[in-house]
Amino acid sequence: MKLAYWMYTGPAHIGTLRIASSFKNVHAIMHAPLGDDYFNVMRSMLERQKNITKVTTSVIDRQVLTQGSGNKIIQNIIRKDKEDSPKLILLTPTCTSSILQEDLDNFIKKSSLETNADVLLADVNHYRVTEYQAADITLKQIIQFYLKKYISTTRFQTKEPSVNIIGAFSLAFHNQHDILELIKLLTELNIKINLILPKGASVEELEKIPRAWVNIVPYRETGLLAAEWLKNLFNMPYISTTPLGHENLANWIKELEYCLNSKGNYNFNFNNFIEYNTKFNSQSFWFSRSIDCQNLIGKSAVVFGDSTHVAAITKILKKELGINILWAGTYCKSDQKWFHNTLRKYTKNIFISENYSVVERLIKKASPDAIFGTQMERHVGKKLGIPCGVISAPVHIQNYPIGYRPFFGYEGANQLIDMIYNTFSLGMETILLEVFGGHERQVPDKVSFIAQEKYAWTKEAEEIFAQIPIIFQKKIKQQIEKYAASIKASLITPEILYEAKASVTKG
Amino acid sequence: MKTLLQNKPNSYCETGNYHTFCPISCVSWLYQKIEDSFFLVIGTKTCGYFLQNALSVMIFSEPRYAMAQLEEGDISAQYNEYSELLKLCLKIKKDRHPKVIFWIGTCTTEIIKMDLESTAKKIEAEIEVPIVVANANGLDYSFTQGEDTVLASLIKKAPLRKKNYLNPTTPQLFLFGSLPNFLSTQLSLELSTQGIKVAGWLPSSKFTQLPSIAPGDFVCGVHPYLSRAASTLIRQRKCKLIIAPFPIGPDGTRAWIEKICITLGYSISGLKEREKQIWNKLVEYTNKLEGKTVFFTGDNLLEVSLARVLTSCKMKVCEIGIPYLDKRYQAGELELLEQICQEQGIRMPKIVEKPDNYNQLDRIREFQPDLVITGMALANPLEARGINTKWNVEFTFAQIHGFGNSENLLKLITRPLSRTEHLVHT
Ligand code: SF4
Repeated sequence: MKLAYWMYTGPAHIGTLRIASSFKNVHAIMHAPLGDDYFNVMRSMLERQKNITKVTTSVIDRQVLTQGSGNKIIQNIIRKDKEDSPKLILLTPTCTSSILQEDLDNFIKKSSLETNADVLLADVNHYRVTEYQAADITLKQIIQFYLKKYISTTRFQTKEPSVNIIGAFSLAFHNQHDILELIKLLTELNIKINLILPKGASVEELEKIPRAWVNIVPYRETGLLAAEWLKNLFNMPYISTTPLGHENLANWIKELEYCLNSKGNYNFNFNNFIEYNTKFNSQSFWFSRSIDCQNLIGKSAVVFGDSTHVAAITKILKKELGINILWAGTYCKSDQKWFHNTLRKYTKNIFISENYSVVERLIKKASPDAIFGTQMERHVGKKLGIPCGVISAPVHIQNYPIGYRPFFGYEGANQLIDMIYNTFSLGMETILLEVFGGHERQVPDKVSFIAQEKYAWTKEAEEIFAQIPIIFQKKIKQQIEKYAASIKASLITPEILYEAKASVTKG
Repeated sequence: MKTLLQNKPNSYCETGNYHTFCPISCVSWLYQKIEDSFFLVIGTKTCGYFLQNALSVMIFSEPRYAMAQLEEGDISAQYNEYSELLKLCLKIKKDRHPKVIFWIGTCTTEIIKMDLESTAKKIEAEIEVPIVVANANGLDYSFTQGEDTVLASLIKKAPLRKKNYLNPTTPQLFLFGSLPNFLSTQLSLELSTQGIKVAGWLPSSKFTQLPSIAPGDFVCGVHPYLSRAASTLIRQRKCKLIIAPFPIGPDGTRAWIEKICITLGYSISGLKEREKQIWNKLVEYTNKLEGKTVFFTGDNLLEVSLARVLTSCKMKVCEIGIPYLDKRYQAGELELLEQICQEQGIRMPKIVEKPDNYNQLDRIREFQPDLVITGMALANPLEARGINTKWNVEFTFAQIHGFGNSENLLKLITRPLSRTEHLVHT
């Protein structure tokens, strides 16, 4: 048992449902108690879906506990087949069903005798895998099933070079915009898109997968398992670089070039495309060289989120903007080796944790100028008075914007730079304005300052300190004392206070 | 109980395939109500995920709630549940100093048959903090019934007031159902204008101030979903339950006070006028509602009461979906609905217990109601099909009880209609 208030990733069945509900003609039936269909609420709320989410429940109740779910599940599957005529019905186990230990496989076999739809049991273990891993597994499972089913149909590579994009799915962070941006890029490169998976695809189309020349898997969390399997079976190369930020983007295009050239008689060279877009089409490349961005050099940040976004964004912060990365971390435990290897170059401190209070503690300790993280870090930032840019799921409805907000591609790079710049300047502005004689000076009726044993403060210093808005006091106090320690002073006077300020605002 | 409902509601049961919140959601309002409490939900990641998303921003304000997240070792009984729970409770005691810890049992604890009750007794003695165990799982209950199971368990902890038979005091009146303090005071005041004193509320805003109830005391519920709490008060505490409509809407509030007055032998003064006054103030809203049709898909057990208010507003109710209908506990409410229908010369609406959302969508397509009161899973899809919806969870969190909140209630209900009107006209 562990005490938990907050989780970065959901239970396994959420991952399965995210994949199932992304397909056009798949219906998922959860084997769950009443009340576990919260997924439908999230999808219809966060994504503002116009269509009813194709997820229903075969309810586990008292009756099921005594008599077993067999008949009920079979009936529910048959009923759904008649009502909606989906092509695939995916029975989705939950934590509750997994402890009942019924032979779900058998129910599926029985019901599939009477349905037009294919029926599958999602092969995920609630207690072993996270939401992301489950999504990865389910996607692979469905692709495998259909490719094996249609294995006899002739396979041929498309005449013109083409790719599959594996990584469009529901409830993913800025996903819709990212995929559009990828389509735009590929179109400009004159590459055909064979299939986009799984969002919007119908399962019959899956047989077309092997026709593409290359698979593109932009998010590490979901799609790699399928891509690896396809590589082994059909000799399809895949690209797992995330096209986020200039350097990654250039690498991604070069990899594409390489893969395409290796698959046919083409001799692509995308160098001009990269150069033109980087220098002229994109604003961010120039922006990071403009004088405004000089101020960012040496600022400090911490980065936390899923491995895809943290890795890419840490790289941008460090390499393109000269930000000092105090630490970078992810909650994607299953990908930690890759994460370590990728980020070693950019920061000394890398950590993996699913525990938000550890993250909070480390943010406090590092006391960065800005945080880039999830919804949770945003709130930690609010508490500590540190600005935060949201770069990764889990997120709330405000991070499902209506406007076009990709993270991928050249437009994504523009958006990202804006976000990074604004996050830092928000922090600088508040500190410069409010700390030492800005507007809205409030004198609290009692001095909220409590002297610590280590440092004595003069009365005057305390009074000046008391004028700092309370939310900033803690952080500033740390900085003042750090400064005092650096000059080996034990009594904090107004002079030291102002010197400390000078040392802070300088850099 | 007298036979009622000659014009019987045509109530029947469907498949129980409907969307609703898991009953553990009651934690979100109960931890706020009971200020010295801490709620520990003993369940899985599924439960935690639901709560953190349903509680949304509340989560970031360090709520007095947490998950005791079960791991594989707990399920296979490799770990000892006593020592695991003791560890967590000691930590909670140290960090948060609650006066009471509620353990919320879930589907998993139920299926693996954790004996929370007896473990709680042991740990209670060890940590010297009372522990209240309630099973609010999705196997047995839906949404607001979570509060019902918690209250039923809490009642067992309420101190007993010994009745002095030599000098019998008049029985006292206790009200049950969680409402924000501000609201419970408002309802108590309504009763005091009739000369009735409310001796206490269950729950009280502090665990340490639970009212002491004696056998023979009167109790009355303020929510339609408190059947278990009611029967616990009757059976275990030997209280007399006043079966009344619920104080929701001007009509319900009037009938509720009236029923209490009659039962306790108080004369009623000025209630009819008061109700009329309120209705007069609400014409703006009732005009908007009159003649329109409404459909409840059902998920929080407030449906009969809301349908009754809307019938009073001369809306036509196509269907009352409801997770569970306790005809005895809700008898007062059903009777009032019947009476209003008779006055208007219309038939009792159809009540569908354990509805089937899929079938309901067919019926909605057929009826094309002006308003559908439903959950978030269906609201946006229905709106996209041109059907006005009101998200029903709001009725659980908004203030809708008593005369004073009637306007609030009607505002909520008319909002989708006003919005549509606004969009059409601009
Ligand atoms: S329905 Fe059961 S498993 Fe699901 S959240 Fe509720 S208590 Fe937990």
